[in-house]
Amino acid sequence: MSKYIFRRLVQLLPTLFGISLLVFGLMRLLPGDVVRVLVGPELTITPEQRATLERMLGLDAPLYIQYLRWIGGVLTGDLGVSLRTSQPVLATIVQRFPITLELSVLALIFSWIIAVPLGIWAAVRRRGAAEFTAQVVGLIGLSLPNFWLATMLLLGTSLLLRWQPSPLWVSIFVDPGTNLQMMIMPVISLSVALIAAIMRMVRSSMLEVLSQDYIRTARAKGLGETLILSRHALKNAFIPVVTVMGVQLGLLLGGAVVIEQIYGLPGIGWMILNGIYQRDYTLVQGGVLFIAVVFVLINLLVDVLYAYVDPRIRYD
Amino acid sequence: MATLELKQPIRIRKERSRAGDILRVLSGRAAGLAGLILVLFFILLAAAAPLVAPHDPIAQPADRLLPPDGTYWLGTDEFGRDILSRIIYGSRVSLQVGVISVGIALLLGGALGLVAGYYRGWIDSVIGRVIDIIFAFPSVILIIVLAGVLGPSISTAMLAIGIVYAPQFARIVRGPTLSVMQQQYVEGAHAIGTRQLQIMLRYVLPNIAAPIIVQATLSFSTAILAEATLSFLGLGTQPPDPSWGAMLGTGRKFMELAPWVAIYPGLAIALAVLGWNLFGDALRDALDPRLSQN
Repeated sequence: MSKYIFRRLVQLLPTLFGISLLVFGLMRLLPGDVVRVLVGPELTITPEQRATLERMLGLDAPLYIQYLRWIGGVLTGDLGVSLRTSQPVLATIVQRFPITLELSVLALIFSWIIAVPLGIWAAVRRRGAAEFTAQVVGLIGLSLPNFWLATMLLLGTSLLLRWQPSPLWVSIFVDPGTNLQMMIMPVISLSVALIAAIMRMVRSSMLEVLSQDYIRTARAKGLGETLILSRHALKNAFIPVVTVMGVQLGLLLGGAVVIEQIYGLPGIGWMILNGIYQRDYTLVQGGVLFIAVVFVLINLLVDVLYAYVDPRIRYD
Repeated sequence: MATLELKQPIRIRKERSRAGDILRVLSGRAAGLAGLILVLFFILLAAAAPLVAPHDPIAQPADRLLPPDGTYWLGTDEFGRDILSRIIYGSRVSLQVGVISVGIALLLGGALGLVAGYYRGWIDSVIGRVIDIIFAFPSVILIIVLAGVLGPSISTAMLAIGIVYAPQFARIVRGPTLSVMQQQYVEGAHAIGTRQLQIMLRYVLPNIAAPIIVQATLSFSTAILAEATLSFLGLGTQPPDPSWGAMLGTGRKFMELAPWVAIYPGLAIALAVLGWNLFGDALRDALDPRLSQN
């Protein structure tokens, strides 16, 4: 197992290097130049002032030197400072990431609680109300835009229940009740598409497992359906579902950007979006790099978990 | 000359066309048929927008936030523009984004996958690594950042969506290409000196078309959703051009006063995406070789 983990870590290095190149390159796609973005379109600066600013920002050096300086900073925990607030980017990320993490984890848990039983039910009770419900839920969930659902939830609670979530963020460690109250609607908005995706996957995986010979043998031996499901089918059906957890988290992190903006949650998604609006590119750069690295590490963890659950993987 | 008399006439079956098979499967499934109808509906709506829309989508009549009535069937928005007309013209934006961004993804990703599967070796490794790097980012975040950095507009939205979805096509194309390359007819083509590009386009590509078509159809729905998300955030289609996402983005500030401003654009997005998803699912079933053997 440790050999497998080591091999995967080594394979990760070129990907991390590529991610850093892509993030560095993205900011170089800016139309115009960073100095103009920084000072704004109205202010006139002399060539000497421009040269000074470029030297301060390290833009006078060749691109590969700029990259090496930047990656050197990243490896020592220095993601630069915000162009707008002059606050260290890493400190801002550390402050905001727990909010996005809480939203994503709650959405993942909520999705699994709803989707897994629904998927199993649809697989076990083929044809009829169960399959129809599963298909409808699946298709509607995948088609509804999460930002529209979020808007409708806000509209519905405001008009029908005369209630709106608190506009000020409260940490779960300070006031769990208010925090969870704030999180209900964002979690539901973020989960709907994931519920549909997980439910379809569970159903499809269960159907495949239930058609296997060993399940037929278990039935022929006289085992009850509940025992067959719990002891033989579920465990094997869940292997492919668990392996896409990494992708699911990617969906959540992506969706969180929009949901945080709608509900005013000061997470890392909103930080990146505001950075784009305000052209604070060091903030955007740091945020995107952080999310990409976290995503890659989570996928690695999921791969290790998969190898632990299915030993055939680590011997490939 | 001896003659043979048959007790029963021989029935000569006309070879079934692939398109006929697909239509047969689609018509046999209610969901697939519903999807096809929805897709055709939105395509026709986009094509006939100037004929069907009751008002100019950009003109601003005097009254703002009017509720639905006999003149403005879905009401007016915060600028006094007819919502129904803007939804109808918005279908053009969605169709345009779908076609162009999926086209970019297909061309770019398809080419990469074809080259990777054809040449294998270090070329395959490098392309695989590039694909892994793009997949390392949550796609929505990458699209938002690309569109934001390049400058918000419908063109950058299409480009960003196309680039981010290209790796999916690359992966879809690479696998079947590797299988087809093992076939004898490809070996034969090599042996008679057929040029590499000709082998890729004439021998490999037609035999891997099915998964590409399915992926393209399913990508249409995600492209529509991605553009709507970008426009909702102000990073896609710019005002005053009608876009469902932008209508929702600006309209939600007034939704407590005028809920229709937020409800109808979202419904349009949901129906369009549902149509493409239903159609794509049915197409996948129709083009699945295991089903076509039965």
